[in-house]
Amino acid sequence: MKLDSNEQLLLRGLANNDTKAIDTIYKDNFNMVQALILNNNGTYDDARDIFQEAVITLYEKAKSDSFVLTCQIKTYIYSVCRRLWLKRLQQMGRYTGQVESLEETVPVEEDLEFHEKRNADFAIMERALNSLGEPCKGLLEAYYLQKKGMTEIAQDFGYTNADNAKNQKYKCLMRLKKLFFAQYNIGE
Amino acid sequence: MEDIVLLNTIERYLSGDMLPEERAYFEQLRKNTPEIDQMVVEHKLFLHQIEEYAFHRDLKHALHESHTRLLERGDINEGEDVPTRGKVIQLFHRYKKVTAIAASIAGVTAVIISGLVTFLSPSVNHSQLQQLSGDIEQIKKVQRYQGNKINELGSTTIPENIKVLSSGTAFLIDGKGYLITNAHVLKGSGAIVVNNKGQEYIAKIIHIDQTKDLAILKINDKDFKPLGPLPYGIKKGSVDLGEELFTLGYPRDEAVYNMGYLSAASGFNGDTASYQLSLTVNPGNSGGPIFNKNGEVVGVISTRQTSAEGVVFAIKSQGIYSMVNELKKSDSSMSKIKVPVSSSLKGVDRVKQIKEVSDCVFLVKAYNQ
Repeated sequence: MKLDSNEQLLLRGLANNDTKAIDTIYKDNFNMVQALILNNNGTYDDARDIFQEAVITLYEKAKSDSFVLTCQIKTYIYSVCRRLWLKRLQQMGRYTGQVESLEETVPVEEDLEFHEKRNADFAIMERALNSLGEPCKGLLEAYYLQKKGMTEIAQDFGYTNADNAKNQKYKCLMRLKKLFFAQYNIGE
Repeated sequence: MEDIVLLNTIERYLSGDMLPEERAYFEQLRKNTPEIDQMVVEHKLFLHQIEEYAFHRDLKHALHESHTRLLERGDINEGEDVPTRGKVIQLFHRYKKVTAIAASIAGVTAVIISGLVTFLSPSVNHSQLQQLSGDIEQIKKVQRYQGNKINELGSTTIPENIKVLSSGTAFLIDGKGYLITNAHVLKGSGAIVVNNKGQEYIAKIIHIDQTKDLAILKINDKDFKPLGPLPYGIKKGSVDLGEELFTLGYPRDEAVYNMGYLSAASGFNGDTASYQLSLTVNPGNSGGPIFNKNGEVVGVISTRQTSAEGVVFAIKSQGIYSMVNELKKSDSSMSKIKVPVSSSLKGVDRVKQIKEVSDCVFLVKAYNQ
């Protein structure tokens, strides 16, 4: 099946974190996923988690260089959600054998594996950041995540000048790297 | 202090902020110093991870916002009361066998009930009710007789080679030539009406109401001379039990008078649109008027019960009004029909009444050409 240009646009929007595209994808697919989850022993919160996870998987796929989506966004999201929910049920020991499915699905195992690996990485990063404590965490987030300039950061955090802030940032960065690489396996 | 400079340099190198000469120098340095090279690779990986992490966090944030926004706008729902498409499909899936069984039971029941209704409904129940239109054998006789008459009169207006299917009685409701008869009398495509003097006129079927079993004919014949005001009126009110009634009809080719009384205010199986009469009638009386002693039309003879003698049913005269009014509503050209309300036969003796009335009661022959 060839994707129509509309879906291509949506995916491009998603890759660029475009609010409109996210809203559209959300609106078009969420109810379907919610129905799937609710009908299979899930709650509204489960539905939201699973759906957002699926959109993130789609986002990773849309961003990757070797990006090929061979089915409709709807089918892809449905397949991912179904797989994720099966897994979640299994983990909870409530796997009932068969998640009732009436929609067509596509194989998404590889994408999910990749996604899980990424999630693990992010968890490491998050843990490392959280164990830094303030002001290190805020400082690094401001510089690396929010991409603020050193001068601005110095003002925000109350350093007398940018060099002092830079110095502090260096110390924090070293600690973060140490924490991160303690858990992150480069050789993998 | 050394390290800080080195790290800043690496960051600048990785972000591509270096000038070409500086870059070349740094790359040379990387080549020659494995430790620096290692640091560059490591830092690159780290920066990549933290960048991805940032994107991921932003996206998660955006998704949450999206969720809240759509929830507020009502595009998505988290309430119990909104059935989703999937739920419906699932319910259908789960209960489709039960539904199928229930549906077939309902279907069978519907068929049985409709069969029973058809079987028991008064107008179609031939075993218990007999419509009083004349049968074909009798009509043939009449036709022969009338045929002779036609030949005698030399009239050419009557269509030739016609096959008469049934006969009955009709009476005028408007001197301009509008007649009322039973719907079941008019089995064919056209009708001929014959007056008490044996003159035949071609009539057009204007309206047939099968549920009321009433029909309207209009004499369409150049020989027909419109009558003035009719001697009788059509009664709007109802009749009392035991009231004396009489009728004039054509069970044979001559007008036949009969009298009786109202024996019940409702018809066969409690049909409120008709009366039960005690009266001697025969096939051919169908469509005949029922008069009360004041000479007002109170009903139209329609059927008799086969299992009992002298039990006749007549459609209430209100049925005529409602049919004519309906017709007037749907066809404006019918608004010229004026149903007579008052009777001029009150207090007149019966022989005189019959004489007056007989000019307005016709024999109807329905035919197929």
